[in-house]
Amino acid sequence: MKKLTFISLLVIAFTGIIYFASQMIERAQGTSGSDVFHLYNWGDYIDPDLLTQFEEETGYRVVYETFDSNEAMYTKVDQGGTSYDLTIPSEYMIERMIDEDLLVPLDHSRIEGLNHINDDFLDLSFDPGNQYSIPYFWGTLGIAYNEDLISNLELSSWESLFDPALENSILMIDGAREVIGIGLQSNGYSLNSKNEKELEEAANTLVDLAPNIKALVADEIKMYMIQEEAAVAVTYSGEAADMMWENESIVYVLPAEGSNLWFDNMVIPRTVQNEDAAYAFINFMLDPEVAAQNADYVGYSTPNESAMSYLPEETIEDEQFYPSQEMINQLEVYEDLGPEYTGIYNEMFLEFKMIK
Amino acid sequence: MLKQRKALSVPYYLWIALFVIAPVFLLLYQSFQNIDGSFSLANIQTYFTSTVYLTMTLQSFLYAFVITVVALLISYPAAYFLTRAKNKQLWLLVLILPTWINILLKTYAFIGILSQTGAVNQFFEFIGLGTQPLLFTRLGFIIVATYIEIPFMLLPIFNAIDEIDDSMVFASRDLGANEWDTFRSVIFPMSMSGVRSGVQAVFIPSLSLFMLTRLIAGNRVVTLGTAIEQHFLVTQNWGMGSTMGIVLIIIMFVVMFLTGKRRKGGQRG
Repeated sequence: MKKLTFISLLVIAFTGIIYFASQMIERAQGTSGSDVFHLYNWGDYIDPDLLTQFEEETGYRVVYETFDSNEAMYTKVDQGGTSYDLTIPSEYMIERMIDEDLLVPLDHSRIEGLNHINDDFLDLSFDPGNQYSIPYFWGTLGIAYNEDLISNLELSSWESLFDPALENSILMIDGAREVIGIGLQSNGYSLNSKNEKELEEAANTLVDLAPNIKALVADEIKMYMIQEEAAVAVTYSGEAADMMWENESIVYVLPAEGSNLWFDNMVIPRTVQNEDAAYAFINFMLDPEVAAQNADYVGYSTPNESAMSYLPEETIEDEQFYPSQEMINQLEVYEDLGPEYTGIYNEMFLEFKMIK
Repeated sequence: MLKQRKALSVPYYLWIALFVIAPVFLLLYQSFQNIDGSFSLANIQTYFTSTVYLTMTLQSFLYAFVITVVALLISYPAAYFLTRAKNKQLWLLVLILPTWINILLKTYAFIGILSQTGAVNQFFEFIGLGTQPLLFTRLGFIIVATYIEIPFMLLPIFNAIDEIDDSMVFASRDLGANEWDTFRSVIFPMSMSGVRSGVQAVFIPSLSLFMLTRLIAGNRVVTLGTAIEQHFLVTQNWGMGSTMGIVLIIIMFVVMFLTGKRRKGGQRG
């Protein structure tokens, strides 16, 4: 019995020491307290050097957490228990979060540098007057392929992905809207279709695409394309830019039928604890030099017009990444589908995944 | 003394009520809610009328079955020879060691091993077979899943065989049974308890391996786990997700029942 008591006391003492030590470390790192800034962002979506620079300039400590889909981010903000000060969702999710009162309206008197942003990216339908959101990046969904691995094919449209020569060679982004969108656009329908017949047609079209799909994955696409594990990928423009940087045989094209155009904007969610830090971060990211450095690192297109002069000429002249107005007119932005159709799209997507 | 013992058991009952019974009831409650949060039986109806969900359940079942059988076929002989080995505790440690490593790390290691330029394909190339697709195939998925589950199968079987009294084996030999007869009518029946717990420990988790289905099978294998994750994270249809959770629990009970000990009525000692 004595031995048991001794061992129990030892365990308790040990636990206490570990707890105390972890508290000390946390305090030393400043992951709790009033000068901490909780940034909830996509993975690999900011130049880490900029976070250091932000910390040095403002004195805030950045706690950086990542998500891999708008929906995962939404769930965490909606369920509460989190203390994110700033997050960067896409347009359809911003629309939904505004509707559900999950965002804090912005005080424009505290924001400096909005004049740097190109007018095309301001006052868009998902957030009129930018009451809730400030543009961060924008981009497209398109086809990245390795010219060396498929030398005899010209991939310029969604249609060309259905070529039997591409059997088991396409890496597809693991997203319901992206994949169903390909089915819809191949048939000339809108990405936001809520028409049962159009959706059914899209599903039937996708059945023919299934044999060409090697895998449906997300962030790993970049790695596999660079290592030439696969020849073709349907992915976002910035991901493609990273691949092209690492492997010179890869090219990125916007499909002829049109594609998805998206905007990721900075918003302050209801979970905010440190509003001052959130505004400081927004203003920091609006700075043209910072925006240019970030765009150069991440690879997506910046909405910051003043930043363009700091970017290499070949970048801003590349039509695949800064498409002409004519091309942009062909692109379509996602709208929030509402819970019912989100469910239907995802059910279709599950069905697509199960085609052998 | 009795009172004291009763008082001591309170935390355990509280624990079970809060962390075992309450969550199951919450899940059950959720499963009767439709997407708007009102009471309905729609989820259950959707589940049992949708070919998507039914084939998915069947497929999950099939994969879990294959994984369990392969794991058993590898683990049983391994456990048997292990009990007869010198330094068996050391060998056991070596076989259990991989479970100490985070499952995500092991999965990522397999991505490297199975890829087109990975170790396995380099070997295939060397012996003249040429590069075979392994990553993002069903075979690759079963290999990795089996590898991960083997320790959970091996350990209970090893313990069961190890516990068999040597005198039983000697008695069997004395009575004229050869090695194979001894194994068939003494060791194997007496190790069944280990096989049962092994099967239970492997089959149930294999039904909902959702991380492997994405990382190794590239979502070309879809299990119930994939669908549950999607309903909780993407469509926010927690009711449907809960319904599938309930289905998994029911399957679990069925497996427990099928592999559980049955009384042999009417048989004399």
